[in-house]
Amino acid sequence: MTELQAIGVAKRFGGIRALDGVDFHVRGGELVAVCGENGAGKSTLMKILAGIHRPDAGRLAMDGVGIELESVRSAQSHGIALIHQELELCDNLTVAENVGLGDEPRRCGFVDRRRLEETARIALARLGLEIEPRTPLGELTIGHRQMVEIAKALARRARVLILDEPTSSLSRAEADRLFEVLDGLRAEGTAIVYISHRLSEIRRLADRVVVLRDGRLAGTLGHDEIEVDRLLTLMIGEPLAAHVRDTSRARGDEAALSLENVSTSSWPRATVSFSIARGEILGIAGLVGAGRTELMRAIYGIDPREGVVRVDGVAVPSAGPRAMQRAGVAFLPEDRKFEGLLLEGSVLDNLTLSALPRWSRFGFVDRAACGRAAASMIDELRIKCERAERPVGELSGGNQQKVVLGKALLQDPKVLLLDEPTRGIDVGAKQEIWTRIRGLADQGLAVVFVSSEFEELSALADRVAVLCRGSLVAMLSHTELDETTLLDLAAGTRIRA
Amino acid sequence: MSSQPAHSQHPRSQHPRSLGDKKVLGIAIVFLLVCALTALASDRFLTLHNIANLLRRSALFGVLSLGAAWVIVTGGIDLSIGSVVCLSGCLLPWLVVDQAMSTPLAVLLVLAIAAGIGLAHGLLVARLGLQPFLVTLCGLLLYRGAARVIVDDQTVGFGTGHLALRGIATSSFDVLGLAVPTPFFLLIGLSFVTFVVWQRTVFGRWLFALGRNETAARFSGVPTKRLVASSYVICAMLAAVGGMLFVLDVNGAQPTDFGNFFELYAIAGAVLGGCALRGGEGSVLGLLIGAALMQVLRNAIRLVDALPNQAEYAILGLVILGGVLIDEAVRRISKRRATGK
Repeated sequence: MTELQAIGVAKRFGGIRALDGVDFHVRGGELVAVCGENGAGKSTLMKILAGIHRPDAGRLAMDGVGIELESVRSAQSHGIALIHQELELCDNLTVAENVGLGDEPRRCGFVDRRRLEETARIALARLGLEIEPRTPLGELTIGHRQMVEIAKALARRARVLILDEPTSSLSRAEADRLFEVLDGLRAEGTAIVYISHRLSEIRRLADRVVVLRDGRLAGTLGHDEIEVDRLLTLMIGEPLAAHVRDTSRARGDEAALSLENVSTSSWPRATVSFSIARGEILGIAGLVGAGRTELMRAIYGIDPREGVVRVDGVAVPSAGPRAMQRAGVAFLPEDRKFEGLLLEGSVLDNLTLSALPRWSRFGFVDRAACGRAAASMIDELRIKCERAERPVGELSGGNQQKVVLGKALLQDPKVLLLDEPTRGIDVGAKQEIWTRIRGLADQGLAVVFVSSEFEELSALADRVAVLCRGSLVAMLSHTELDETTLLDLAAGTRIRA
Repeated sequence: MSSQPAHSQHPRSQHPRSLGDKKVLGIAIVFLLVCALTALASDRFLTLHNIANLLRRSALFGVLSLGAAWVIVTGGIDLSIGSVVCLSGCLLPWLVVDQAMSTPLAVLLVLAIAAGIGLAHGLLVARLGLQPFLVTLCGLLLYRGAARVIVDDQTVGFGTGHLALRGIATSSFDVLGLAVPTPFFLLIGLSFVTFVVWQRTVFGRWLFALGRNETAARFSGVPTKRLVASSYVICAMLAAVGGMLFVLDVNGAQPTDFGNFFELYAIAGAVLGGCALRGGEGSVLGLLIGAALMQVLRNAIRLVDALPNQAEYAILGLVILGGVLIDEAVRRISKRRATGK
């Protein structure tokens, strides 16, 4: 029976202790989830198991025999395969060529295409997939590409599969398919290590959860012990304050933001109308491609729009982000690295970018006032950075996201538009941002946010607008919100009056 | 210098220094080294006459580098600088001498034309989204061609008159026995204004922001199109100022070769001085030293007998390449230190 062990492994990078004496093991027929905040040491541990890093201390053993992993290749020869978060496949090659890449069967020095395709077909069949091995990889969906990557590992007789956040870019159906495949592999005796931020997946899949914190083992939970609160407490190191929704929150009657027959260029014939009051949080749900991001961008004036957008009852023409900002609308874009931040710029520069005219006279920046405003926002959002002058690219994802949020808040907006406000950040930071958003609404801000996570919609939204092919198909109150209804509406399989 | 990129500070250093500062220090060391070597190789280098002459040349090219830097920090490029120098350098004597226009009017007209040229570049780049390289490459051909048509390929100059006007470029002030040329003071003034705008104003901070990430800047409400367009206007106007100073200094412009390759001197000076071509980085002090370094090198090639005059471009090319390599090395070393690997 397969058993991969790590005993007392430690690893330092420069002055930073990434792993500090961690014991870990996984057996054949078992799926072990690994959890922890960003920087807890998950990736380092996985990279040591996959032969990418060598530990400074401690040792590894396979089936009770000590092994030295000098490279990814030597890990592969021991039957260990890492499936990366960013898929490492070549779009221009066929499925079979990808499966066999680096390990092509040869005849007289030439690639034996028939055997190559046969190997791929067998590996794909084990996953229950009927993909023609000669299909160019570029024609497959992301979900299928992930399967091809797993097939590639299986073709190399992998006994230990390590998956690093495999569902981060999968649709729900694709993720479900992946879970079935993993169940099947587990039943066949494969050892699986599964890294994820998503608690629902962990509950669904894991036989055991290993939680890391600050490079050490924080604890292990068996399948029946997996509960959100226990997991979070282990990850963060302190119990979370219970979140009680304040449904009696006082709200103004007047609409802070209203849309009348707004349509975007991606769905020109579909229109959206809604209005939200001060202090209200509206979630926007829908499938990828339903036009959620496009709607946000159109409201904020990045993309052209038809229809009327009113802020505090006053119609604002579509004249770009600056005009919307003046009207009191701030926006947090979906992709913080490319749309939200100047990665090389300092935390201070990023925070103050939008509202710079607020701290200037005759065009000259009052740098002291600027610094004070940034410092108070760093304090308020608990942004962890050494100094405000440090480049924002050095911060963790959660802290980077707080900087983008802080930049929006420093504009002192009346309406906050958030596109996937907690995408790709760890659980602790996510909770903090949620708490902050609720607090802002309590202070009278109107918040509109797009989210692909049911958990987030349910935790934040007073109402949820469901978009399907550009149209608003339903407006659900918080009490009407449940996952199946939402999915049916978003997929267009259920119509609501 | 808070708007300088600081992605390379040593985490435990007592005196953290930004990458921008390091680049300036690097170019200053290279500059002093070249000066010292030239002084050793030629006894004509450190004469008062030669230094005054170098200051004048550096000041004229410094104005062009300053202009180039405005566009480079936005992530753009202006290849038409040399042709704008040619057009403005030919137009000024042509207007004043051949057309008998009053001097202030002629200067204003030349500046207005340059502003129009810059605005056209800016709108084509910012509004239509054309590549700055292509837009200004067409400009490079267009404005020299226009200059040749206007003055009919004839050499234009001020002859023996207009000494007061020419004095702007040719006069000098005595500072401790050194005749410091007037254009040098003009450059200091323009540089100071640029420095203040870049470092202290909303305009400057936003300009650097859009150079780093135009999308993020636009989403943050920065009026990116207007800023990009203004930077091309400023660049073209500074090129025109340079062009007028050049023609006042040498008292003659032949449109077929006046200002040839000047855009490359301007860009090279700015890049050597720490303006990254990808945008968002630049230091006024650095680019001034960079522009001066180019002139000292040309001077050295003339003065030092061991260096053949024919090799001027080859030597300049090698030095710029060397500067870029050192810059890259500095960047990598600081990055390695910062990540602690």
